Amino acid sequence: MGLIDLFQKTRETSMEMKPQEEEGVKVVKCKGCGAEIKAYAYGKNLYVCPHCGRYGRLLARTRIRQVADKDSFTELYGDLAPADPIDFPGYADKAAELAEKVGMLDAVKTGVCRIGGVETCIGVMDSHFMMASMGSVVGEKLTRLFEYATEKGLPVVVFTCSGGARMQEGMYSLLQMAKVSAAARRHSDAGLLYITVLTDPTTGGVTASFAMLGDIILAEPRTTIGFAGRRVIEGTIGETLPEDFQSSEFLLSHGFCDKIVPRNQLRGTLENLLKLHCAPKGKKRQVWRHEE
Amino acid sequence: MKNNRPASEKMRIIHDTKRPMLSDYIETLFDDFIELHGDRYFADDHAIMAGIGWLNGTPVTVIGHRKGRTIEQNMDANFGMANPEGYRKALRLAHQAEKFRRPVINFVDTSGAYPGVGAEERGQGEAIARCLYEFIELKTPVISIVTGEGGSGGALALAVADRVLMLENAIYSVVSPRGCASILWKDPTREGEAADALRITAQDLYEFGMIEGIIPEGQSGSQLIRNVGRALRDTLAELAAEPDMDTMLQKRYEKFRKIGVFRQIKQEEIEGV
Repeated sequence: MGLIDLFQKTRETSMEMKPQEEEGVKVVKCKGCGAEIKAYAYGKNLYVCPHCGRYGRLLARTRIRQVADKDSFTELYGDLAPADPIDFPGYADKAAELAEKVGMLDAVKTGVCRIGGVETCIGVMDSHFMMASMGSVVGEKLTRLFEYATEKGLPVVVFTCSGGARMQEGMYSLLQMAKVSAAARRHSDAGLLYITVLTDPTTGGVTASFAMLGDIILAEPRTTIGFAGRRVIEGTIGETLPEDFQSSEFLLSHGFCDKIVPRNQLRGTLENLLKLHCAPKGKKRQVWRHEE
Repeated sequence: MKNNRPASEKMRIIHDTKRPMLSDYIETLFDDFIELHGDRYFADDHAIMAGIGWLNGTPVTVIGHRKGRTIEQNMDANFGMANPEGYRKALRLAHQAEKFRRPVINFVDTSGAYPGVGAEERGQGEAIARCLYEFIELKTPVISIVTGEGGSGGALALAVADRVLMLENAIYSVVSPRGCASILWKDPTREGEAADALRITAQDLYEFGMIEGIIPEGQSGSQLIRNVGRALRDTLAELAAEPDMDTMLQKRYEKFRKIGVFRQIKQEEIEGV
């Protein structure tokens, strides 16, 4: 199967739950409470279960559709695909198989869009591709996105989720943390806005780099966010950790995120924040005192 | 440098308790060393030792992971696994070095940042991220030497530098080989196999262009320390020859910027998305 077929295939927008046909109506079963939801209604509700409130994990393109102005997204660097830099057993096959299944070459989608009319660089990580682990492609695309935004004077919004650095690329993965953080730093030094939205799950090397470097850090409710894995910590201390450990609520109460935003308020919140920092196209940015 | 020992064997060599550790380097190489304590926010993390001293007549700031020889020393140093306050102490002293125009010399030897409850509560991820974000633009020369174990993000936090050097038997890895084997193959006993597959030796990293040099270890601990001293002197002299700080920072940025291997798929293959 060629790449063309691969991308032309139509796909469900949330891959977590396979819809079943029931009398001609597509129905999905919530992974949290088991309730049966009409696929259409589930999508309408932004892939949040109307019964138990569980947040479905989104495909990157679904996320972009939810937050960007209609038809405003232009993809950048969509032609980058993983190599196998250290010949790691099984990696090349795994990546090819996932590209076909998920319809993405790697775990992040990057581009420019408008949110509430404000031109914005956007990066969305997608957990369906190797749990959005960060290898060279993820690092390179985000770095290019920051560099592009710095050059054009644009804000950056990154939706993070990740299992951490991609061990199949060895040290190439670890050093992407430094590479992306360096580009984020230059973007910041140019006086530009960077917002991160932490989504389920954001862990490891992504938490320990660009996820925690936003001027403003938002999070979806009840998401897992942390550095070390829960089981690793339980192994270290020899006891079971409470349910809310490493949740977005835990992060908020310890002072490591600015605000928890429900999915249906995310677009509005981003729009407000972007407008507070950036002028819409063709207009002058409002600041307290204009510099000469 | 010729040293074809497999990574799994190097793992054993670097864990030898007779191998020089941070306190030995400091005692031998830096005159009048004064240790400085605390991050000014929460605590003093004994897993990170830092201070100022003289290196051949130049005041320098030294920061490194501390391990011990005895069980008591190791407990006190948390086996070299730092908490967020350790990284914040490192950053505080890095900024102090910038202010007083002292080069920063980092010694990296850790199995990783500490995976604990308190570490998560106090933002381990944020603390490491902040190190990457600050060291990349630190307006003073930074040299990092991986002397033993370079364990993932906890090592990288002290390894964003103008020059990263490794001792010939040192390793530097994205994940511990044991962790890799248990996650990918559900079998921690395949640690050795993972160590080799991950390409974590100094020779591997030099080949990948991720480090600038390998320091030979010689026949004894004291020779090893002397070699480290010589490498530091040579590297500082090299950095002193940079025309200005902007050039140095630009080179530091580009050094990390170029790392990554990927393919570019032809545009016509993707069209029709």
